[in-house]
Amino acid sequence: MKKECVTMLLAGGVGKRLGLLTKNLAKPAVPFGGKYRIIDFTLSNCLNSRMFPVGVLTQYSPLKLHQHIGVGKPWDLDRMHDGLTILSPFTETHGGNWYEGTADAITKNINYIDNYDPEYVLVISGDHIYHMDYNQMLSHHKKSGADVTISVLEVPWKETSRFGILNTTDDLRIYEFEEKPIHAKSNLASMGVYIFNWKVLKEYLLEDASLENSDHDFGENILPAMLANNRRMYAYRFKGYWKDVGTIESYWEAHMDLFDQDLAQLLRNKEWPVYSHNSLLPPQLIEDGAIVRESLINNGCVIKGTVEQSVLFEGVTVGKGTRVSKSIIHPGAKIGENVELERVIVQENVTIPAGTTIVVGMDKEPVVLSNENINQFKQLFAGKKIKLA
Amino acid sequence: MKTMMGLINLGQEHDYLNELTYFRTGASVPFAGRYRLIDFTLSNMTRSNIYEVAIFAGNKYRSLMDHLGTGADWDLDKRHGGLFILPPDWNDPTDISKGDLRYFHNNFDYFERGKSEYVLISGSQFITSTVYDDMFQFHLDRDADVTLLTTSYPDPLPEHRSCIKVKMDEKSWVTCLCNEQENQPVFSGVYLLSKQLLLELVKECIAHHKENLFKDGIMANLERLKIQAYQYDGYSSVVNSIESYYRHNMALLEASSYQELFFSGNNVLTKVNNQPPTNYHDTAKVSKSLIATGCEIDGEVTNSILFHNVKVAQGATVKNSIIMQHCQIEEGVHLENVILDKNVTVTKNQALKGTKEQPFVVAKRRTI
Repeated sequence: MKKECVTMLLAGGVGKRLGLLTKNLAKPAVPFGGKYRIIDFTLSNCLNSRMFPVGVLTQYSPLKLHQHIGVGKPWDLDRMHDGLTILSPFTETHGGNWYEGTADAITKNINYIDNYDPEYVLVISGDHIYHMDYNQMLSHHKKSGADVTISVLEVPWKETSRFGILNTTDDLRIYEFEEKPIHAKSNLASMGVYIFNWKVLKEYLLEDASLENSDHDFGENILPAMLANNRRMYAYRFKGYWKDVGTIESYWEAHMDLFDQDLAQLLRNKEWPVYSHNSLLPPQLIEDGAIVRESLINNGCVIKGTVEQSVLFEGVTVGKGTRVSKSIIHPGAKIGENVELERVIVQENVTIPAGTTIVVGMDKEPVVLSNENINQFKQLFAGKKIKLA
Repeated sequence: MKTMMGLINLGQEHDYLNELTYFRTGASVPFAGRYRLIDFTLSNMTRSNIYEVAIFAGNKYRSLMDHLGTGADWDLDKRHGGLFILPPDWNDPTDISKGDLRYFHNNFDYFERGKSEYVLISGSQFITSTVYDDMFQFHLDRDADVTLLTTSYPDPLPEHRSCIKVKMDEKSWVTCLCNEQENQPVFSGVYLLSKQLLLELVKECIAHHKENLFKDGIMANLERLKIQAYQYDGYSSVVNSIESYYRHNMALLEASSYQELFFSGNNVLTKVNNQPPTNYHDTAKVSKSLIATGCEIDGEVTNSILFHNVKVAQGATVKNSIIMQHCQIEEGVHLENVILDKNVTVTKNQALKGTKEQPFVVAKRRTI
């Protein structure tokens, strides 16, 4: 079956800087926004811009991710011939190996792409929170006659040192890459969204695969090699919210952004819905005496205490006399009575014993609470209140 | 292994919920913030290893069909078994059957094709969350012809008046089925018998120009059939009037009832819709309320139930009310003892008030 464009979604990264959140979980599967997992935003973009087929490349701790994606039903990607395929590393007659880099993951799946004999390949990653119409970018790519189009975001000049920066001519042709430059010449940051002409990409992938000292990475190897050969590479300007929730701090911030009136649209934009699996739990019960404000709360939560500026996933209970503030509570967490939590992230099914106080100051990184470390906290500070400020 | 097939018989249920059943059958009336009444019995069936369920749809079943779809949300869209919605569409000139027997007569195929030897029959008005496995085992152990699911309520309520009461001996053999008003076990509308017996009774009733399978086939044959009562003690309610509908919705605002109905066993399954978590804004004031997803709350909500995607504007108060999906409550509105059906908009500064016994009901898609 021939398709004009095949989408390759990179979802195998470790997400090291998310610490405990990605201890046993691929970063794209990290819960987000009271209901979703991070990858839902990308998969919903695929549906909303009608990009299929989609190959999802997984590797690190994929169990939850695989269960979540399944056959792609929540995103209408359970299609007969051109739906979603999970592409994990595999063995063959002559060995086989792990994906050794982003480019290597694509190289190892050249067969998958060639099945559809496409003109273009869209490469995206499952790590970012944003709404984007990839189809518009594809039209732009076709019009410009580029070999590669890279989606870019204007970032504040003082933050350019955190991003991969593209230096372009006035017509957005790229002449230079700078990874996290201290003195940037441009403020156009790459979003990790690329469209390649498949023929060109395949050539470069095969060549890169034969190089022993290559990291087989798009940003490090493939794109610089193309630039060196003077390939037509263009930037495509994206406007809107885009966030790489790469650290615990930015993960927390992205949640607090949801209380911003303008950004609330991220979850409730009727024109660009975000899809996910839906909870089977009953509606949430807000009991007598509870106080809930500036919060997002999902099904099955039972609230007896106070919840402020927090995001509660499904099935969370909050006991009497408890105050949860500026926190993110993952599914099924049980927060006992007279607990005080501020700026923490409570992981799935963790029980916070009655009387616990953990308040994290704004100058400290939010604390991730797991069943193991909550016990350590208890022993370390038996009877005392924990204040990390 | 002996197995059951399911039948939800709506053929003899009336449209008992006034405005709420103007446009839909009682079985598809929204309940408890996210469900439809039929979800309870349907979920109970699919949780009891029943893989094929037929629904005799009486009338106004468009919303029911929309809700059930292919049955995927109940895991009924399978190669083996499935969901069979059987509306009253028949044109057999030789058909002499009447009442709910017409459904059986015209859908004999469903029973004949099904592989299960037993049939569990239910209506949609008995609300509980359970599995029927124990009842099935009980039926087999007692070697009964028919087993009725019965339950007892400490205080008789108005909605029990029209329910069939069950008298039984010490071995729970049923001795009398009647409508006496004294308090005694109530028949839930759920019963179980072998497919063979069911079809015999159906044929016999039709041959004698009868009109109701349960009354004419089972109650009238009390002497001949061995009928057991299986007493069920879990949380349950009977919804057969606006008053009982309102009261049993409100009962779920008590944490104990909520826990018993929703967290004592399996999840109640329903059609899922894609809604974000509910957003409580700065000025929101919510207490003792059951709230579905996708709502945006700026105002005050007390002792109420909000279905998905309801907006309550700043300065609005909602008290003792049931607000169904996609309703908009604008600024300064005051609602008390009100039931708003789907897609109702209440414009600025309006006040609507009913009583607990007679809540003020607004039919769907109105703007007030």
